[in-house]
Amino acid sequence: MLLIECPYCGERPELEFVYGGQAHIARPQNAPDLSAQAWSDYLYQRDNTKGIHAERWRHTHGCGRFFNALRDTTTDHFIAIYKVGEAAPAALKTRKVAL
Amino acid sequence: MAELSAARASPRITACGLLRALPPIGRYVLRGGPLVMAAAGSALGLAISPTVCRSWVNMNRAALCLGPDEHLLLGPDALEIAGVLEPALRDLPHSLVDVSHRQTALEISGPHAAVALNAGCPLDLDRAAFPIGMCTRTVLAKAEIVLWRTGEDLFHIEVWRSFAAYVSRFLDEAAREVAF
Repeated sequence: MLLIECPYCGERPELEFVYGGQAHIARPQNAPDLSAQAWSDYLYQRDNTKGIHAERWRHTHGCGRFFNALRDTTTDHFIAIYKVGEAAPAALKTRKVAL
Repeated sequence: MAELSAARASPRITACGLLRALPPIGRYVLRGGPLVMAAAGSALGLAISPTVCRSWVNMNRAALCLGPDEHLLLGPDALEIAGVLEPALRDLPHSLVDVSHRQTALEISGPHAAVALNAGCPLDLDRAAFPIGMCTRTVLAKAEIVLWRTGEDLFHIEVWRSFAAYVSRFLDEAAREVAF
């Protein structure tokens, strides 16, 4: 079973977590002025990264908190875990993880 | 439908003495920042802090830290807990919810208790990884529980009432397999 490290509770089985989609998507400040296309892109367009992806997770059956993670989508390896509001660790964004 | 209600009414425990249902107690969920937790702690006589997965016990009261801003408070009398906390927290933004009747408690004991729990719960329950006093919300089979180690071979389980029959039967069956 995949172990995910919650920044509050430590390593926990993946059963306790739910995936929360791509991280760091900010709501546009000027929403009323946006074109339909730009608004649709904000709502629906997401990266489909092969490699390192910044995403949100929620420790639903634990502390209930959201947090962010960098995960390699090809290996399912979690590279970094960080709290909501913190920036993604830049140095790790391009790191290759060998199995 | 009547059968369904009966199945939900109370935990079913048949075998082996490892598992028992605990009598009703008062329960509150307290949410708030560190100031709220400090004020609640001094009012209840518990040295609580926002340390996740730790518990504090004083006489028959207990506080279980389930999240960075969430404590589950247990005590023999719900009204008494509310009476103590209300004046202490009056000026602080917080949420205090009575969940006494939402959940019910089970206790599983004996040297095989951890093995029985591990039939449905993938947490590492070794004493080094899950020491006495550690508590957490987790999953057991298909149900969410709060698991709290109260002794070397003793676990307190808080489960939502409608899941109690399912959880107790599941543990009963698991316990039957390990307890001989």
